[in-house]
Amino acid sequence: MSKTLIQLRGVSKSYTRARQSIQVLDKLDLDIAEGEFLALMGPSGSGKTTLLNLIGGLDQPTTGSVNIDGTPIEALSSNRLAAWRARNVGFVFQFYNLMPVLTAERNVELPLLLTNLSAAQRKKNVAIALEVVGLADRAHHKPKELSGGQEQRVAIARAIVSDPKILVCDEPTGDLDRKTADEILRLLQTLNQDYGKTIIMVTHDPKAAEYAKTQLHLDKGRLVEAAHI
Amino acid sequence: MKLFGLIWANLFRKKTRTALTLLSLISAFLLFGLLQAVSNAFSAGADFVGASRLITQARVSFTQSLPMRHLRQIEGVPGVEAVSFQQWFGGIYQDPKNFFAQFAVEPDRLFTVYPEWKLSEPEKQRFRSIKASAIVGSQLAKKFGWKVGDQVPLESTIWPTQDGNKTWTFEVAGIFGGVDADWEARANLMYLNFAYFDEERQFGRGAAGTFSLKLKDSTQAASVAAAVDAMFENSPDETKTQTEKDFNIGFFKQIGDIGLLVNYVLFAVFFTILLVVGNTMAQSVRERIPELAVLKTLGFTDFTVLMMVLSEALLICLLGALIGMGFAALILKAASVAIQLPLSAGNTKLWLQAIAAAFTLSVAVGVLPAWRARTLKIVDALAGR
Repeated sequence: MSKTLIQLRGVSKSYTRARQSIQVLDKLDLDIAEGEFLALMGPSGSGKTTLLNLIGGLDQPTTGSVNIDGTPIEALSSNRLAAWRARNVGFVFQFYNLMPVLTAERNVELPLLLTNLSAAQRKKNVAIALEVVGLADRAHHKPKELSGGQEQRVAIARAIVSDPKILVCDEPTGDLDRKTADEILRLLQTLNQDYGKTIIMVTHDPKAAEYAKTQLHLDKGRLVEAAHI
Repeated sequence: MKLFGLIWANLFRKKTRTALTLLSLISAFLLFGLLQAVSNAFSAGADFVGASRLITQARVSFTQSLPMRHLRQIEGVPGVEAVSFQQWFGGIYQDPKNFFAQFAVEPDRLFTVYPEWKLSEPEKQRFRSIKASAIVGSQLAKKFGWKVGDQVPLESTIWPTQDGNKTWTFEVAGIFGGVDADWEARANLMYLNFAYFDEERQFGRGAAGTFSLKLKDSTQAASVAAAVDAMFENSPDETKTQTEKDFNIGFFKQIGDIGLLVNYVLFAVFFTILLVVGNTMAQSVRERIPELAVLKTLGFTDFTVLMMVLSEALLICLLGALIGMGFAALILKAASVAIQLPLSAGNTKLWLQAIAAAFTLSVAVGVLPAWRARTLKIVDALAGR
């Protein structure tokens, strides 16, 4: 039995938009074990991305607690939360969100600029990350010189380069064709199975969700169904 | 320093826009360097260090002449080796656009006090012997195609002849040059024979505009200046004796309060640049909101992101300042020779002023975009809200 890495208790999140309060998550309890590959599914507006943002430390709950590996991150200040994210979470976005002015290598290096690693050590770690995603030969290419699948691989290399425990993926295949999407999902599976990364992935795509070990469905801010594959 | 590469890459992400912004900054700092050097030169106090010549003028203004009897008295001041005198002629050759300086001088005194001018002995002799003669600088002769023996008519704006005519005609008795490249570059003026001028002019005879004093010892400049002025104190023709450098500054001060003018112009220039660079920075950050959000997502703190944007502003302003000041230094070097003013962009004060201006400008243009970057909420920025 794996230990619980992520624990949410009574988590609610509401936003005010156009003077109206919108309840996005409603008293949600969730435990995610270390080494899990979880697919979060549900209709638009169900709260998937909000839940992902809370787990990734990008946002804070209105009420409730988000405890990750023993750290109640809802209590952290903005600066401490930034430092915590840098150490513990890798992010993969639907549209890759690479810096267009930097090469693949320099994009992957970004999280390491916040560490005390030497330039040589950073270079070595970047090379390893690019090797893992199969893009060692594209290190000096800028994003516009890469295909969508390659861009997403660079984004994944950036997410894993500082060796975080958790990977947070928001529709990582949403901008890709089926074949490329499958390649990316297999890569995520490898990172989960071979490298022990805990992955939480938001997706609309049932086929993508099949790559996960567990599927969770949300609707109107509540968990409605769980399926173990 | 680890982030320098990222800051540099972001700065040049839109090369044309950055190049144009940089060009505006270079122009602004070029102007800053030129104008501030002029302002500094004009606001500097009297400096007698290393002066080998002094100029004595009427205390009230150099436009007021001094009586020629001063000449002997000044020659008698200890430390004075030789004295020459000159009178501004203010003539126009064919068209006011052809402006050049003309001074009526006594030939031998001129060459004693200004050995930097080189003229052949036969030409010196012609200048002495032909009454209505003049010698012209080599640059001037080249410009107008004059040669020895040419007759040059000048329309004086000040001095009518005895018969009320303002047109004077001088024969070119010689063409003088300089002892070195600097003096050669300055050889763009004309010297008229004073004896003829003084005899022919309708008024003001027996007086000269200024006296030039050649000193025996340059370390005595201050004491000689004080002694000369003390000699004429409380007389109807009080004097003011200063170095050539300070005299030239005084000449240009006729234009007005140079410091104030410079400040007005620089204020206008920098206010415009503030708007131009400020707009560019704001636009640049606006375009990069999602990227800045990604940096924060990766763990960059609010402060780091704020400093990155401010550093971009500082970098472009410093680049503009250094390049602009570099050009200003080159121009000032050439100009100081041409107009004989102590203009220099080589002094530390001017460069520190430029760096301070660049720093202030970068804070002014960068603070709002940097604050926007600092306060952006990751979730909203990533969602495009």
